[in-house]
Amino acid sequence: MEIFKAQHIEKKYGEFKALSDVSLSVPQGSIYGLLGPNGAGKTTLIRIINQIFAPDSGELFFQGRKMVPDDVLNIGYLPEERGLYKKMKVGEQAIYLARLRGLSKADALKRLKYWFEKFEMQTWWDKKVEDLSKGMAQKVQFVVTVLHNPSLLIFDEPFSGFDPINATLLRDEILALRDNGSTIIFSTHNMSSVEELCDHITLINKSSCILEGEVDEIKKRFKSDIYEVGFSGDFNKVKDVLNSKFDVLEHKIVKDLNYVRVKMLHQHQDNELLSLILAHVHVTSFTEVYPSMNEIFINMVESSNQNQL
Amino acid sequence: MNKIWLITQREFITRVRKKSFIIMSILGPLIFAGFFALTFIFASSKDTDVKKIAVIDSSGMFIKKLPEGKFLQFEYLTNVKVDDFKKLLKKSNYYGLLYISPIVAFSPKAVQFYSFQQPSLSITQEISNGIEKEIRNQKLLSYNIQNLDNILKSIETKIDISTVKLSDSGEEKQSSTGLAMGVAYVGSLLIYMFILMFGVQVMRGVLEEKTNRIVEVILSSVKPFQLMMGKVLGVAMAAIVQFLIWVVLSVAFFLIVKAVFLPDITPAAMANQPQNIMGASNAVAQAQPQESAINPEIANIFSMADSINFYVLIGSFIFYFIGGYLLYASLFAAVGAAVDNETDTQQFMFPITLPLIIGILAMVSAFQNPESPVAFWFSMIPLTSPIVMMARIPFGVPYTEVAISMALLVVTFIGAIWFAGKIYRTGILMYGKKVTLKEMIKWLKYKN
Repeated sequence: MEIFKAQHIEKKYGEFKALSDVSLSVPQGSIYGLLGPNGAGKTTLIRIINQIFAPDSGELFFQGRKMVPDDVLNIGYLPEERGLYKKMKVGEQAIYLARLRGLSKADALKRLKYWFEKFEMQTWWDKKVEDLSKGMAQKVQFVVTVLHNPSLLIFDEPFSGFDPINATLLRDEILALRDNGSTIIFSTHNMSSVEELCDHITLINKSSCILEGEVDEIKKRFKSDIYEVGFSGDFNKVKDVLNSKFDVLEHKIVKDLNYVRVKMLHQHQDNELLSLILAHVHVTSFTEVYPSMNEIFINMVESSNQNQL
Repeated sequence: MNKIWLITQREFITRVRKKSFIIMSILGPLIFAGFFALTFIFASSKDTDVKKIAVIDSSGMFIKKLPEGKFLQFEYLTNVKVDDFKKLLKKSNYYGLLYISPIVAFSPKAVQFYSFQQPSLSITQEISNGIEKEIRNQKLLSYNIQNLDNILKSIETKIDISTVKLSDSGEEKQSSTGLAMGVAYVGSLLIYMFILMFGVQVMRGVLEEKTNRIVEVILSSVKPFQLMMGKVLGVAMAAIVQFLIWVVLSVAFFLIVKAVFLPDITPAAMANQPQNIMGASNAVAQAQPQESAINPEIANIFSMADSINFYVLIGSFIFYFIGGYLLYASLFAAVGAAVDNETDTQQFMFPITLPLIIGILAMVSAFQNPESPVAFWFSMIPLTSPIVMMARIPFGVPYTEVAISMALLVVTFIGAIWFAGKIYRTGILMYGKKVTLKEMIKWLKYKN
């Protein structure tokens, strides 16, 4: 079941079309990557999900029914451009933001206590935000985002501004939230974190959705019959054989082991490749190479830009 | 509604806690009190010591002729040279030296006054009046008119105009343009000050949220309009609180200053003072007999104060204060949302402050003639009416005019809030773009 579904969303700013016929469905319990180059319309889409804007046309569904304004109380949003009141004290501010999200003061206090203990932030309570470092402020923002225990969380570039230690902490927290049943929409340019975290993605380019689906399925869809063979022995022994039957893309030597990337010229050649090479060298690994999300991203965006020209 | 209230509370509390707010709350009335104190000092310290002035009269026209006042005496010196005496002046007990040259009757520059202190305007005025009068008398004498003394005495008249205002019901009320002007001036100036001061605070607050990017976080919980209204109302509450502090402290300071500088007024009369301002006319009536025994002039002011309807005055002050603030604060909020930084606000600040400044100019003209077309029209136009109508009301304005002006103001501030809401909604989430007025008008057509 999907927690959120958008159908045929259109949004214009004056003459400028920000979103054109965008549909997506976010499965319950998934980490859903929202990808796309700058200016593609991701932020507009996120703002529509958060009901900051209403779409010009199209329909939104939340937990299986039409979305209503109060559903935002069940959403947590950590925007890319995020800030806090600099002159306000951390604790006071956290309570204020929690109350705007519909929590009672007592409830907010109780939950804040839990999170502040968890992240060892108790001593910040009476500090002004301007006295915190950027990473500290980001932690406060994260806590405020998840405090009301929303079933859908939207993180827009959550890792920017975090040092590696805090980024790992945050990553673990996001995974823990998913494991506890929350669904996460995750917008980023950082493709390695997409590989690592997301199980579904949507790719938006120039206001339109150009790719949607499960990460594994997409990778399979885009695989181009490339295999990587690792072996010990002399590369020259196999060089000519390989060149005659396959397309050899790359050869490198890492720690005395050879790695060759080979593209099949027609399907189901993998066994042939393996038996061919086994006769000459000692094979240590044999894997099919899936394209990285980075490659898929660049390919898709470039080809969709060309189609439009 | 609940969320607007939460935002209003935060705005109010953070503002009231600010050091600048506390300083302004105390400083404002202190400045007023200082102003009062200075007026009292000047009024009460009218030189009481007798000043002796040496006169060297080379024209010979004025020997023993200059009129001596209670505090001003002349001694006429003969056979003394001006330059010699100037040197002696410091050691002598003369306040100053008056030199009258022989050509005094024909040249206005023929009289010099030497002193070590800057003589007050009243001293020089008294002397020049005396000389002018004497020259006129002498010139008249030269025409050989019979019974000149009697004629001069009979044409000397003194006039002190007391103004009486007629009301439609035929009632007569003693009025004082001075007092009406004072009330009008303070009222409209306060409105101007508060609109500008707190309007700019609204703008800064919106801009702060935008440049901070906290607005992204907040707007996922509340509607842009709620955020804007919460801010406008929160700042309004801070403005009202500051205003009330000013009133209370001003009255307190005023009473202290009065007690220090005018101790001859009985405590009873002082106790009546604040009620008086609130328009309790019976308190005035009771207080009057006591006071008139002590100080007839003050009693006079009280009876004049009574002629201004303070209920109407205070009611309309509150109305124009709030209405004018809502109108301008929402415009300031729109500006804060539309721009990216403080320097960019200038181009939009100008068209907003311009009507306020025009309002102040029209207010000055309304003092001179509260019924003039300028005063009338600017007290109808909603952008200036809070200032200008406040200046007219103490002089008496037909209720229908006030009602029309108020209705126009209400319609306009509702329109301004709607307009500002549209600009705000689009502008607040738009960064890094220099906005033009043309673009802002386009925003009005965007759906949310």
